[in-house]
Amino acid sequence: MNKLLDRYAGPRDIEVLGAIEEGLPLCERPFAQIGEQLGMSEDDVISRLARMKACGIIRRFGLVLQHRPLGFRANAMLVFDVPQERLDAAARAITAHDFITLCYCRERHLPEWRYNLYCMIHGCDRDIVERQIIDLKESAQLLDFASQTLFSVRRFKQTGARFSSASHSELVQQ
Amino acid sequence: MNGSVELSKIDRSIINSLQGGFPVCDEPYAQVAASLGISEAKLIARLSKLLDDGLLSRFGPLYNPERLGGGVTLAALKVPKERFEEVTELVNQHPEVAHNYARSHALNMWFVIATESPEQIDEVIERIEAQTQLQVFNFPKQKEYFIGLRFDL
Repeated sequence: MNKLLDRYAGPRDIEVLGAIEEGLPLCERPFAQIGEQLGMSEDDVISRLARMKACGIIRRFGLVLQHRPLGFRANAMLVFDVPQERLDAAARAITAHDFITLCYCRERHLPEWRYNLYCMIHGCDRDIVERQIIDLKESAQLLDFASQTLFSVRRFKQTGARFSSASHSELVQQ
Repeated sequence: MNGSVELSKIDRSIINSLQGGFPVCDEPYAQVAASLGISEAKLIARLSKLLDDGLLSRFGPLYNPERLGGGVTLAALKVPKERFEEVTELVNQHPEVAHNYARSHALNMWFVIATESPEQIDEVIERIEAQTQLQVFNFPKQKEYFIGLRFDL
C-alpha cells in the first residue's frame, strides 16, 4: 500500500506526536533530540512527521500566536443562513478574502439558530473589521442571506490544541 | 497596533515566516534562518524569547484531531447575565473545553469541545448541562472550507 495513503497514525507515530506536542526543541537538530528521547533515529522521526504532514494528520508545522497580546482584539464570528445548493459557492466567495481566518459549515439548531455557514475575522481594530464585513457581504454576494455578526466580548480560555492530554484539538482552531 | 506589544522588525519577519510552516529536515532552524538572513543562533534566541514573553503559545505541529480519532465540536450556551461568572467557571473546568469566548448574542457563550473519541463529545455536553442546568447547543461541523488562521504582523 502506498504509505501516503495510510491516513492513520500508528503507535510509534503517536509517540512522536506526544514528544513534540508542547513544542519543538529549540536546538540545532530538534528531530535528533526527539529521536534520542524515543530511541529512534533522526531520519525515522523526520520521515514519520513528513508522512503525517503529507496525509493531513498534521495540518501545519509552525507557530501559534497568542493573538490578543499582539493586538488582535477584534474577533468576529460571522454566520449566514445559506441553502445547501449555494453553500460551496458562498464559501468560495468568502474564502477568497484574505482577511478570513476560518470558514466552516455546521449543523443548524432550529428554531433558535438558523445559521449554517461560519467564518471568522481576527483584526486589530473593530472599525476595520466592521468595514471588512460590509465589503465581504457585498463583494461575495452574501446580502441575500440572513446573517449575524458575533464579536467576542471576552476571552475566558485559549488553551489551543493539545494532543495526548484529555483534549486534543486545534484552535481549531477557532 | 493599539495598546499592544511592539515587535521588532526581525521578530515580525520571524513570526510571519513561521506561521506559514516549518521545514521538517535535519537542521530546520538553520534553513529558516538562512531564508531570513540571520544566524541560526539568533533565530533560536528570538523564538525562545517570544515564547517566554507569552507572545507565542506554542511552536510545533497543529493536528487534525479528527484524523487522530478524536472528536471536536463548537457549542454555545444562553447564559443569564447574573450567572455568567459561575457558568464560565463550570464550563472551563472541563479539560475538554479548548476555547471559550463571550459573544454578543443571546447565545452568549461559545466554546470548542475536543475529546479523544467522538462519542465523548455527548458525554461532556451532558455533564455541562447537568452542572449548569442550561441547554448546550451543539454545532457539529459538516464541512471545512478553510483554516488559515494566520496573522500578518
